[in-house]
Amino acid sequence: MDVSAFCRQSNVLIVAGKGGVGKTTMVAALARMAADEGLSVLVVELEGRRGITSAFGDGGDLGYAGTVLTAAGADDLDDPGSDETAMPAGTVHARMITPDDALLEYLADHGLRRMSKRLQSSGVLDVVASAIPGIKDILVLGKIKQIERSGVADLILVDAPATGHTMTFLSSASGLLDAARGGPVRTQAADVVELLTDPARCQVALVTLPEEMPVNEVVEAAYQLEDKVGIALGPVITNACYAPLEGLDHPATEAAASAGVALDDAALAALEEARVFRVTRQDLQREQLERLAAELPLPQLCAPFLFSATIGPEELDILAASLAAGIGELSEPEGRSQSVRS
Amino acid sequence: MSDPVTLDELAAERSIIVCCGSGGVGKTTTAAAVALQAARLGRRACVVTIDPARRLANSLGLDALTNSPTEIAGSWPGELHALMLDPKGTFDDLVHRYADSSEQAEGILSNRIYRNLTGALSGTQEYMAMEKLYELSDEGGFDLIVVDTPPTRNALDFLDAPRRLTRFLENKVFRVLMMPTRASLRVMGVAAQGLLKAISKVAGGDIVRDAVTFFQAFEGMEEGFRTRAARVRVLLAEPTTAFILVASPRPDSVDEAVHFSSKLTDAGMSATALIVNRVQPRFADDSLLADLPAVPDGAAGSALADLVENLQGFTAASDREEKTYGDLVADVAPAPVARVPLLNSDVHDLGGLATIADLLFVDHGETTAAGPADGESSSSAG
Repeated sequence: MDVSAFCRQSNVLIVAGKGGVGKTTMVAALARMAADEGLSVLVVELEGRRGITSAFGDGGDLGYAGTVLTAAGADDLDDPGSDETAMPAGTVHARMITPDDALLEYLADHGLRRMSKRLQSSGVLDVVASAIPGIKDILVLGKIKQIERSGVADLILVDAPATGHTMTFLSSASGLLDAARGGPVRTQAADVVELLTDPARCQVALVTLPEEMPVNEVVEAAYQLEDKVGIALGPVITNACYAPLEGLDHPATEAAASAGVALDDAALAALEEARVFRVTRQDLQREQLERLAAELPLPQLCAPFLFSATIGPEELDILAASLAAGIGELSEPEGRSQSVRS
Repeated sequence: MSDPVTLDELAAERSIIVCCGSGGVGKTTTAAAVALQAARLGRRACVVTIDPARRLANSLGLDALTNSPTEIAGSWPGELHALMLDPKGTFDDLVHRYADSSEQAEGILSNRIYRNLTGALSGTQEYMAMEKLYELSDEGGFDLIVVDTPPTRNALDFLDAPRRLTRFLENKVFRVLMMPTRASLRVMGVAAQGLLKAISKVAGGDIVRDAVTFFQAFEGMEEGFRTRAARVRVLLAEPTTAFILVASPRPDSVDEAVHFSSKLTDAGMSATALIVNRVQPRFADDSLLADLPAVPDGAAGSALADLVENLQGFTAASDREEKTYGDLVADVAPAPVARVPLLNSDVHDLGGLATIADLLFVDHGETTAAGPADGESSSSAG
């Protein structure tokens, strides 16, 4: 499938998965890839994480106002991005959307600017949040919807909360629709449901690892998201897959002998241990990937395991290229979206 | 407690161990392994888990939500008990405990705001974990209680939780609303009315009615909650209480652990030990790598070249990981640091927990568990 077409499948792509699977890294890689295809990309962070800025080699703080991660030209670097101005093609912007900020803006939009600070500091917001479960999630999703409608970016990538919370997060809108009898909050919830259930506007990409528990969880999450939220599912991305390496089939002694290199026992043992470890993990990985494919009828992408512990711009390029290569091998989707129930 | 201790001493001697760290770092498994170790030492141990993976929960006999300890059968001299925290049930118990009458309790339990409180007010789950800890420590008769803490977002942690809940229950605006006739509070009352009008406008008037009912229902109970919260604080500060930081070698997890460590210091406590899970195995030291002879170019050497690349890759990964959590290790010093290597299978049974306990407790202090463990635990037919 064409990479550019892939990136344009929906306006919003929510990247979700359990904690520790490398969600933020995948968000960064997808952003890099989409920007390379000429899209303007806005990354939305929700949980105060800053991994996204360091992946792009910045490492700075991320605020509600947004920050430029990569610019098409040097001139754009000063442009913090805004709700109205379209972002230039090929750029990646990022911003943090917290419920508190979204609420302050929401109240200001409803003529309650003077009140809003006091609502927050007096603890009344905690009371409201308890009275209307999901209100915070609705405010954040409502803000994302507003950005999506404004068309400032070709693609909005949302770094979703960890899986358990993602379900609550995404089902908050339909839950509120059932509960709220009226008022602006209900309207907001209805708009959000409309966004989440339109595959041309919003899809979810699930991220997992090629290990037993993460695979179990991603399968479960996929069915739940489709059943409870009615959101369209994009590909499942399996992160940290060891790349194939031909020489791993040869025991160290044999490899040394055929290369005509004399190695002492310690060196041979170290090479062999490292080889066996990786071979074992690769076998497990293959097993899990096959199980994932069998249990979840969604297109699969793999991102390579990187031996570096930190993700910077260089690693990001490798990951983006690898995702793009994987997308190239996917077949064209028949409908606009996939279903795990098909 | 400034003297450095070993992990073995913690499991053998302490009465309370709190495991803290971000989500996805193997905190639950670590907590269960520590409790298992205590049972292996002949102690009566209980692990309070928050959200165990299903198969681990099954193997611990926690397939149904049980808010009281269940003993796990096994061949160890002590006892191992486990429970899965039910924050809502724990809160309900508290309400029953402090209500003046069963009518007051029922009034609270059926209130809409109360019903949503455990899910919506951040910190409630943490507070209930601490509450459960207090209850078990007070009434359970255990030698050791190990508490797994909820995966926190925004690094809000259990230390803040009791204060947050108390602040919520003491909310001035609603308190004032309940006694609008007191002249001295009239000015405040006007402001409160404004705020409530704002809420009504956005969320609907029934919310305000619910809230007022809620606070009225709680009238007179805050004192009990506050006293209880203060006792939990005292318990956490006891020298027999230990905090184990659990992290993975990823930057975000390390950041979180550093934050926890500073929070503990702020509260006059400190991290007693650090456990770094899922570290890349190390197969060779630097001198061995430096001494490797050059691999000749060409087809004959290609397999060997791949093997060397592989070994170098793992070594480099291990080096970078060490660097990632190096500051954290320095930060918690002289607390002991244990590293648990990446295992080849998930831990989801007692055998797997025993493997982890072996890795953690065979050696003392800052030692690296040797080589890659093969995770013999796997009975993975699932």
